[in-house]
Amino acid sequence: MLQSWVIVLASFFYLGILFAIAWYADRRADAGRSLIANPVVYALSLGVYCTTWTFYGSVGRAAASGIGFLPIYLGPTLLFALAGFILHKMIRVAKTNRITSIADFVASRYGKSQLLGGLVTVIAVVGVIPYIALQLKAVSNSFAILASYPDIVMPATAGAVPLFQDSALYVAMILAVFTILFGTRHLDATERHEGMVAAIAVESVVKLVAFLAVGVFVVWGMHDGISDIFSRAAVVPEVARRLTTADSPAAYGTWGTLVFLSLFASLLLPRQFQIAVVENVDESHLSRAVWMFPLYLFLINLFVLPVALAGMLHFPGSAVDADTFVLTLPMAYQQEALALFVYIGGLSAATGMVIVETIALSTMVCNDLVMPLLLRLPMLGLATRADLSGLLLEIRRWAIAIILGLGYLYFRVAGEAYALVSIGLISFAAVAQFAPVVIGGLFWKGGTRDGALAGLAAGFVLWTYTLLLPSFAKSGWLPDGFIAHGLFGIELLRPQHLFGLVGLDEITHCLVWSLLVNLGAYIGVSLQRAPNLREARQATLFVGGAEAAGIPAWRGGAGVTDLLPLAGRFLGSERAQEAFVRHARQRGLKGIEELPADTRLVNFAETLLAGAIGSASARVMVASVVTEEPLGIDEVMNILDEASQVRAYTRELEQKSLELTRATTELREANARLQQLDRMKDDFISTVTHELRTPLTSIRAFSEMLQEDPQIDLDQRVRFLGIIVSEAVRLSRLINQILDLAKLESGRAEWTVAAVDVAEVIREAAESLTVLFAEKRVTLELDACPAGFTVLADRDRLMQVLVNLLSNALKFVPADGGHVKVGAGALCVPGNPLRGQATVNEVRVSVTDNGPGIRAEDQEVIFDKFHQGAGTADVLTDKPQGTGLGLPISRQIIEYFNGRLWVESTPGAGARFVFTLPRQAGDNVAVLPGNTVPGGSWEHKKQTGGAP
Amino acid sequence: MIRSRLTAQRLAFLFLLGCFFFNYPLLSVFNRGGDYFGLPPLYAWLMGSWLALIALMAWVVEGKGD
Amino acid sequence: MSHRILIVDDEPNIVISLEYLMNKEGFQVAVATDGETALQLASAFVPDLILLDVMMPKKSGFEVCQALRADPALVGVKIIMLTAKGRESEIAKGLALGADVYITKPFSTKDLVLQIKSLLA
Repeated sequence: MLQSWVIVLASFFYLGILFAIAWYADRRADAGRSLIANPVVYALSLGVYCTTWTFYGSVGRAAASGIGFLPIYLGPTLLFALAGFILHKMIRVAKTNRITSIADFVASRYGKSQLLGGLVTVIAVVGVIPYIALQLKAVSNSFAILASYPDIVMPATAGAVPLFQDSALYVAMILAVFTILFGTRHLDATERHEGMVAAIAVESVVKLVAFLAVGVFVVWGMHDGISDIFSRAAVVPEVARRLTTADSPAAYGTWGTLVFLSLFASLLLPRQFQIAVVENVDESHLSRAVWMFPLYLFLINLFVLPVALAGMLHFPGSAVDADTFVLTLPMAYQQEALALFVYIGGLSAATGMVIVETIALSTMVCNDLVMPLLLRLPMLGLATRADLSGLLLEIRRWAIAIILGLGYLYFRVAGEAYALVSIGLISFAAVAQFAPVVIGGLFWKGGTRDGALAGLAAGFVLWTYTLLLPSFAKSGWLPDGFIAHGLFGIELLRPQHLFGLVGLDEITHCLVWSLLVNLGAYIGVSLQRAPNLREARQATLFVGGAEAAGIPAWRGGAGVTDLLPLAGRFLGSERAQEAFVRHARQRGLKGIEELPADTRLVNFAETLLAGAIGSASARVMVASVVTEEPLGIDEVMNILDEASQVRAYTRELEQKSLELTRATTELREANARLQQLDRMKDDFISTVTHELRTPLTSIRAFSEMLQEDPQIDLDQRVRFLGIIVSEAVRLSRLINQILDLAKLESGRAEWTVAAVDVAEVIREAAESLTVLFAEKRVTLELDACPAGFTVLADRDRLMQVLVNLLSNALKFVPADGGHVKVGAGALCVPGNPLRGQATVNEVRVSVTDNGPGIRAEDQEVIFDKFHQGAGTADVLTDKPQGTGLGLPISRQIIEYFNGRLWVESTPGAGARFVFTLPRQAGDNVAVLPGNTVPGGSWEHKKQTGGAP
Repeated sequence: MIRSRLTAQRLAFLFLLGCFFFNYPLLSVFNRGGDYFGLPPLYAWLMGSWLALIALMAWVVEGKGD
Repeated sequence: MSHRILIVDDEPNIVISLEYLMNKEGFQVAVATDGETALQLASAFVPDLILLDVMMPKKSGFEVCQALRADPALVGVKIIMLTAKGRESEIAKGLALGADVYITKPFSTKDLVLQIKSLLA
C-alpha cells in the first residue's frame, strides 16, 4: 500500500539527497576541486530542458496527435548543430561581460539599458509562469493519483479543491523553500551555482532512468516488444490514427513551427540560458554536449509513442487522462515500486525545472527590475547604505516565493483548460520573442536600444493578446466574447484569427504575428538612427571585432577607496576584499593599496559588480563614484572623441594614403606637362636651328665655291654674291624675329601705347612697300579707308603687322596681274545683355589678295611658329623669303591689344587676312548700330582668332 | 573542438541536413501506413534519422582528430 | 660615262649651289624641289646618286628615302641625306631608312664632293 505519508516521505527523502549533493558540490567548489568541471555533467544538466512536460506530457501529446510530441526535441538537436555559431559565441560573450541572465544579456548588448533589462524580465516572468504552473499541476496530479493506489482515479479539477486542501499549493510552498535554500545561500560574484548544477545533473539521470524503466516495462513487461505494440495498435482504428500524422499543409506548418520554436526556446528560456551559458564553466564542454544532449533527448523520447499507444489500448475511451499514462500503466499492473519510482522521476523533472527557472528569474527580477527601482528611490537611502548584499539575497528570496505564488495562481486559474504541453507552448512562444534581439544582437551591429525595446514590446503585446488572454478566457476568468467576436466586436481583432488569418493553430498563429511585428519593429526602429557610442561599444563586444578593445568604457578613474566599499556593499566586504586582492596580484602588485586609480580598475569593479547586480545596475553604481562624471555632456563628448579617434585612426590612415595617391597622380601629371613643355621647347629649338642653318648653308656653299674657284666668270660671281647677301639679310631678319617673338612671348616687350588712327597706319605701311609692289608689278589698292577710326595700340607694332600681312600677300600673288587690297571699317553690334552678349564696337582691317589661297586645314597652322608640323603637311609656306615667324608675331601683337587675327580663304580664289581691334570710344566717326562699315560685308567670326 | 571553424561549419551543414530530414516534404514520404521492421514508417524514419544525425554530430566534434 | 645625280631640295639657293658644284664635277644633274617630283624623277632619270633634303613640301626626305629603297628598279642608287636637322635621332633615322651618308647643313663643299666621289667609285 502506498500511503500518502509514504509518498511524502519518499519525496522529502529524494529532495534531501539532492540537497546533500548540492551541498557537497558547493564545498568541493569552494575547495577548488569542482565536481561540475566535467563535460558529461554539463551535458546532463542541460537535461533540465525535459520537465514534467516531457515526463508526463509527451505521452499525452502522443496520445492526442501521434508523433506530434517530437518537434519539441528535434529543435534543440538542431540548435546544438548550430552550437559553433550561436552557443559558443554566447558563452564567450557572457563570460567576458559577466552576464548573469538573459535579461542581463539583452540589456548589456544594447548599451547596458536598465529599461531593456526590466522589459525582458517582465516578459520572462509573465511568459514562464504558465510553465511553472504546469510543473505544479503535474506534481500535484501525480501525487493525488499515486495516493489513491491501487485505484486509478483522476484528480479533481484544480479550482474545485478548497485552497488549503490543494496539494499543488503545498508543492509550490515546498519547492519555494527548497529553491531558496538551494539558490540563495550566498551571493556569488559570478552568479554560478555549482551545487545546483550538480543536483540538476543527477536529476536528469533520475528522470531518464525512471522513464526508460516505464518504457521497458510497457514494451517488454506488458507486451512482446515494440512491434507487438504497433501491430496491436494498427488494428484499433482509434489508435491506428496515431501512427501517422495529419497530411495537410497546416499540419506540416505547425510541425515546422514547433521545430523552430523549440530551437529558440532551448536557448532563450531563462533556465536554459542559465544552465547552458551562465553556469558553463568551460566552453570546451560544449563540444561534448553537442551530441550528448541530443542523445539524452532521443533516449527520453524513445518509448513515448509505445507508452502512449499502450495506454490508449489499455484505457480505451477517455476515463484516464493520457498525461498520466506513465504513472497509471504501472499502477494498473500493480507495479508499486515502479509507480513510486515514476512519481520520483516526475518530481525530479519538476523540481529541476522549478529550481533553475525560479533562480534564473529571481536573479533577473532582483538585478534588472527591483534594484534599479530601489536605487532610484532616494528616500530608501540605498545609495549610501553600507552593506546591500543581504538585501540582494532578501530580494531574490522574495522573488522566488512570488514567482512560485504566481505559478500556483495561474494553475488555479487556467490549469485545467489545457493539456500540459499546450501550457508549455504558451511559454515557449513568450520566450521566442527574445530571439530577434538576442540572435540579432550577436550578429548585427546596427541594433539599438530603442529597436530592441520596440521589438520586444510589440511582440509581447501580441503574444499577450493572441495567446495569454485567450488562455484566461477559455478558463472562464475573462469573458470569452472577445475570442469569438474580437475586441470591441471588431472581427479583424479576433485574437486567434487576427486580421482574418485562419487555418493555423493558435501557437503558429501567435508566432506568425508576434515575431513578424517583433522583428519588424526591432529592425525598423533600430534603423531610425545609428547606434550611439555605448551601443556601438557593446555591439562590437558582442558581435566581435578587434576595435572593441580600443573603445574605453570609462574615461575617468576611481580609486580603491571608492570602489572597494562600493563592491563591498553588494558583495559583502569580505568577498569584495578577496576579489580586489586577486585583481591586484594579477596585475603584479603586492596589495590593494598599490592599485592605481585607473580605467582598468574601474572596469574590474564594474565587471565584479555586474556579476552580482547585473551590468546595467553595475554601470549606474560605478558611475556614482567615478571621479569624472561619465554621463556629463563634456564627458560623453570626450568619450565620443576618444572612440572616434580610435575609429578614425584607420580612417585617417586611409585618408592619408588616398591623399598620397592623389599627390602622386598630380605630380605625375605635372611631370608629364613639364616633359611635354620640354619636348615642345626641344622641337622649337630644333626648328629654329633648321631655319638658321638653311641660309647659312647657302652662304657657306657659295662662299666656298667663290673662294676655291677664282676662274668663275663675272656674271656668276655677281649672282653668287647677290645670293650670299640676300641669305645674310634673311638670316639677320630671322634672328631679329626670333628675338622679337621671344620677347613678345615672355612679356618683356616694350609697348608704347597711344591712340592710333588706323587709316594713317595703313597708308604709311602701304607707302613703305610701294617700291616692292612696283617691282613685282602688283597693284595695291587702299579700298575705303576712312580716317578717324582710332584704336589704342603701339603704332610701330601695328605697322609691323600691316607690313607683314602686305609682304605676305605680295609674296603669293602672281607677278603681273597680282592684286592686293586693303580695307578698313568699323562694326557696331549692340549686345543683348539678357543673352549675355556684350556690345561689339571694333575696327576691322583686311588684306585681300588674289593669290592661290590657303586650304581650310592650314588656315590655323600658318599661325604656328615655323609652321610647326609643316614637315609632312603640304602647306603653302612663305618660302623662299619667309621666316615662318611673321604671322605668329603678328597674332601675338594683335592679341596683346585684345584683338583677333585670322584668315578667310577659298583655295584658288585668294586669301583675306583680317584683324580686329577694339575701337576707342569717342572717336569722331559715327557708325550706325548694326551697320557694316564701308569696305565690304563682314562675316562676324568672333572666335576665329582664338582667345586673346 | 568547436573552436575550429571547420568543425563549426560541418555542424552547420548537419543543421541544414536536419532541417531537411525533420520537415515537409520528406516527412510526407513516410507519413503513411505499413511498417518497416514492425515500426510505423514515420516513427521509424524520424527516430532513425535523428539517431543518425546525433551520431554524425558526435563524429564531427569528437572524432577526426581536429 | 658620267654619273647621274638627282638633287632634291626646296631651297632654291641651295639647289643653285649644288647644281653648280655637280656640273663642275662633270655629273649629269636633275633637280626636284619636292618629294613627289623626286620620286617621279628617280624612276625616269635613274640617277646613280641622290642628294636628298629632309624638310620638304609634299613628302619628307625620310619618306622619299623609304620609297626609293622599296623600289626594286632603283637598287644600288646611293643616297646622301642633306639636312639642317642635326639631331642624333634624325641621323639614326635617316641611316636606318637606307641612306648611305647623312650630312648636316651647312656642309663643306669639298667634303661633299669627296663623299660623292667615294660613293660612286
